[in-house]
Amino acid sequence: MKKVLTYLTNYKKECVFAPLFKMLEASFELLVPLVMASVIDIGIANGDKQYVIQRCIVLIFLGIIGLTCSITAQYFAAKAAVGFATGLRHALFSHIQSLSFTEMDTIGTSTLITRMTSDINQAQNGVNMFLRLFLRSPFIVLGAMVMAFTIDAKAALVFVITIPLLSLVVFGIMKISMPLYKKVQEKLDAVLGITRENLTGARVIRAFNKEEAEIESFGTYNEALTNAQLFVGKISALMNPLTYIIINIATVVLIYVGAIRVDTGHISQGEVVALVNYMSQILVELIKLANLIITLTKATACMNRIADVLTVSSSMEFVEAKETEQKKEKKGETEFAVEFKEVGLTYKGAAAEALSDISFAVKKGQTIGIIGGTGSGKSSLVNLIPRFYDATRGIVKINGKNVKEYTKEEIRDKVGMVLQKAVLFQGTIRENLKWGKEDATEEEMWEALEISQSKEFVEKKEGQLEALVEQGGKNLSGGQRQRLTIARALMKKPEILVLDDSASALDFATDAALRKAIRGMKEKPTLFIVTQRASSILYADQIIVLEDGEVAGIGTHQELLRNCETYQEIYYSQYEEEERCDA
Amino acid sequence: MLKKNMADKQMDTLKKVFCYIKKYRGYLILSVFLAALTVISTLYIPILIGDAIDFIIDAGKVDFKGLMPRLVEMVIVILITAIAQWIMNVCNNKMTYRIVRDVRRDAFNKIEILPLKYMDEHSYGEVVSRVIADVDQFADGLLMGFTQLFTGVITILGTLFFMLSVNVKITLVVVLITPVSFLVAGFIAKKTFSMFQLQSKTRGEQTALIDEMIGNQKVVQAFGREKEVLEQFDEVNERLEKCSLRAIFFSSITNPSTRFVNSLVYTGVGITGAISAINGRLSVGQLSCFLSYANQYTKPFNEISGVITELQNAIACAGRIFELIEEEPQIPEKENAVVLEQVDGTVDLKHVSFSYEADKKLIQDFNLSAKPGQRIAIVGPTGCGKTTLINLLMRFYDVNSGSIKVMNEDIRNVTRKSLRASYGMVLQETWLKTGTIRENIIMGKPNATEEEILAAAKASHAHNFIKRLPQGYDTMITEDGGNLSQGQKQLLCITRVMLCLPPMLILDEATSSIDTRTEAKIQNAFATMMKGRTSFIVAHRLSTIKEADVILVMKDGNIIEQGNHKQLLAQNGFYAKLYNSQFSR
Repeated sequence: MKKVLTYLTNYKKECVFAPLFKMLEASFELLVPLVMASVIDIGIANGDKQYVIQRCIVLIFLGIIGLTCSITAQYFAAKAAVGFATGLRHALFSHIQSLSFTEMDTIGTSTLITRMTSDINQAQNGVNMFLRLFLRSPFIVLGAMVMAFTIDAKAALVFVITIPLLSLVVFGIMKISMPLYKKVQEKLDAVLGITRENLTGARVIRAFNKEEAEIESFGTYNEALTNAQLFVGKISALMNPLTYIIINIATVVLIYVGAIRVDTGHISQGEVVALVNYMSQILVELIKLANLIITLTKATACMNRIADVLTVSSSMEFVEAKETEQKKEKKGETEFAVEFKEVGLTYKGAAAEALSDISFAVKKGQTIGIIGGTGSGKSSLVNLIPRFYDATRGIVKINGKNVKEYTKEEIRDKVGMVLQKAVLFQGTIRENLKWGKEDATEEEMWEALEISQSKEFVEKKEGQLEALVEQGGKNLSGGQRQRLTIARALMKKPEILVLDDSASALDFATDAALRKAIRGMKEKPTLFIVTQRASSILYADQIIVLEDGEVAGIGTHQELLRNCETYQEIYYSQYEEEERCDA
Repeated sequence: MLKKNMADKQMDTLKKVFCYIKKYRGYLILSVFLAALTVISTLYIPILIGDAIDFIIDAGKVDFKGLMPRLVEMVIVILITAIAQWIMNVCNNKMTYRIVRDVRRDAFNKIEILPLKYMDEHSYGEVVSRVIADVDQFADGLLMGFTQLFTGVITILGTLFFMLSVNVKITLVVVLITPVSFLVAGFIAKKTFSMFQLQSKTRGEQTALIDEMIGNQKVVQAFGREKEVLEQFDEVNERLEKCSLRAIFFSSITNPSTRFVNSLVYTGVGITGAISAINGRLSVGQLSCFLSYANQYTKPFNEISGVITELQNAIACAGRIFELIEEEPQIPEKENAVVLEQVDGTVDLKHVSFSYEADKKLIQDFNLSAKPGQRIAIVGPTGCGKTTLINLLMRFYDVNSGSIKVMNEDIRNVTRKSLRASYGMVLQETWLKTGTIRENIIMGKPNATEEEILAAAKASHAHNFIKRLPQGYDTMITEDGGNLSQGQKQLLCITRVMLCLPPMLILDEATSSIDTRTEAKIQNAFATMMKGRTSFIVAHRLSTIKEADVILVMKDGNIIEQGNHKQLLAQNGFYAKLYNSQFSR
């Protein structure tokens, strides 16, 4: 909560001025009953029409000042609230960007989306209303009380009892409903989640004829949300009637006390009217306040949800740029591009190690094949190289230096990673390629496209580099997407290039041509190929065979074929027959 | 012209909102009745107060006997008002949240029957923004509208009536000045509607960006693009800031403006009232009562003008939701649509032409006839239209010309349900829903027994990894299946199909992420499964399709070669080249 509100600090001026002007407006409003009382007690009593008209001009003047103050206040409040929300959205977005893979795995996308959108909107609303009314309402309430005291201290005691009673009701309801609003937002997460899922999984849902089942389960979530809203609504609905009762009963008491005071000659009739007026001003103000309180309670619940995300810190710390400068890499000290020393990895919340005791060393410029069964830890292994996850045991080194000693930019710059899931972004092909290098030239792009075997189909596209890519690359085939993601990684000219099963949708000819082109590059990267296909890594300098998170064998194709049982099985499951045919 | 269109659009949206309200007219009537009750009793109280004050004349001249009954009456009226108010609030809550629930449900139901084209063309985030953010805003506006509009209007009518009963002349003063506040509010509302529309649209755009970038966070980080993405986000964020500020500020002018008009009314009442009192036509108590009416009377104008701005926003949002709800659904099934039963697996494609965009030809004059139990393999370079063919077979898209027949029945004359139930589909892009492993497996056969599930999981070799998960078959799969590897997800998708065993199969790169050893084992299971089932197989690993009865070699949407493995090799054409390439360095 506090963390969230710090984003208001840039709007200190607005935050002071908005309520201040509101208060000015309110003070002028408080003068109105006084002026009216004088009209009654002096003007009417003396039958002085001149005086009445004079006073009324004063009233209009007060109205104009009120209007000016109020508009000024609205402007400052709107500016502060919108600015606050904008700043908060920026901060939250950039915070989410900084989270490491471990946190992203656990939090989940849909709740992050509700927090970035719905929650921040509610918070913005809350701040806006708060700035407009929070000083004004208590000010009018207390002001009315003070004014009442100037009229008659004894009668004003009624106010002294009423106001604490009112605050008790207001804050009580607020306290009860706050956690309930939080629940409403949680239910909203669920509704958003299933909506999203039905958009992304439309094909599968329809293929399995699950539309009705999905409608039904959406119905359940929707109903749960509605019920939560109704429940909290019922409690908030008490606010108005309760305040209404308290104030009007207070008015009754006030009239009675006033009657006694008039009877004893302490105050006049006009003054009783003024007292009753002050009480009804409190009523009007509290009705406004009741709405504010609901908005505010909602907003607080939402801000807490936002704060929850902001307090999740990345479990991974990167060194700052300065520190690394001092320990600059001593070039040529090591011939190894990548080294793993007794590396183990346990995912958060997992019972067993996904990788254990992995040790190997790769020389610069080598090609490494990684092969193994489904779930054997191939992706986990390569994810350690660009430090997407931290090894829970052992050391991972790049160029002889622990990956933890690089800055985030350095390491992500060195390692080009092509993930299993081929993701492209909305925009043109050029824009997508620029992800790899912001200031890339036309030639560089075509070069990368040529190496990744995408030149041919990009050339055929209308507009070529300017051809549009839809969200997620929906308008491209799986193979085209994969090749473009490879091209994107090549744009970086990385020292280490990791292809995490990223040629699976390519046919063999294209796959082979791709590997050949990468090997022929001027600045030949150290290449890691994760694959299912033995053919893709047949000629690799080293092949790492994984089984259940452990190394089952390391060596060249020939060596492994001789002494690694797992590799033999894999290889012969693909080549058995061909060998026979060829022989 | 543009203005008129906008007003029409607004009216149109309003009409649709009323259709939703209709269902809850019981609550609506009750709410209006209670509103009237609260208003009348609220207005009655100032009369009682005025009467009471008239009993308090001066020192020693206070009529306590006359005063007390008034005070008791006041207490009773207060209690009635409060109770009526509470019930009314609850009614409004119920109405609003149920209407919103209905709107959300309809929007979701629409998503289920939208043609896939819609989903392929719209960003998910934008659609999500409509179903969530817009509906939310709509609810807020609607609730405010219900709570304040009725009481507001009734208060105005009621006060007018009461005031007329006290003094006609002063009432006229009030009536003449107040329309000014409506003029002001109306003027501002008109100006702000388009600002709210822009705000809503910009929010949608931003949600789309958020969805894309946060959904693919890992890629963003892998490329170290956090800064650039943030810049892109900030650009939209700044635009949103600008248009939000405009919409909020301009709409918030309404309230002070109408309040100013109200203070004019109050002054007007004061001046005429005081002069009347001097002339002896009005008592001081009556004037006090009048002044309080003037306040009561003008307050709803304030509120209504507030509601109007809120409603502007709500209507702008509602408009976007209705746009989705009214989106053209997929072509409805014919009334006499055939339900496919005991499908033998005959599939005929005749002269099929199809393209996603009219000006880009994709599949042209495609012919294929699959006999029961045949294995049809489709190979070809990427982007040649293999996946499109599957879209057509499953009727995710309709052919542009020509026909696809299953058992000699054009699939456009068949119920989608029975057509899709006849196919078992495993796609390269694995999609799992949030839920347990078990829930995902039984998707195609919800009543499967434990034995059947285990048998299917064993056949697909998924059992091994599932049993090692912390809660076995009851392990929750997180959003997007984040805790499973790509291959494991694919194994689950295969299990899903193994469990329901439909008469025809579509395997689109079904085993691309699975290691070849496991694949070889699954192949055996597939082989058993494919026996007697017509199967369409898309694969790059040529070893997996060697045994197919027919291999179609596709290029640029056309079949360029057709035959079995041996025949095609003998032809020494495109297929042979493709096949041999896997042994090249």
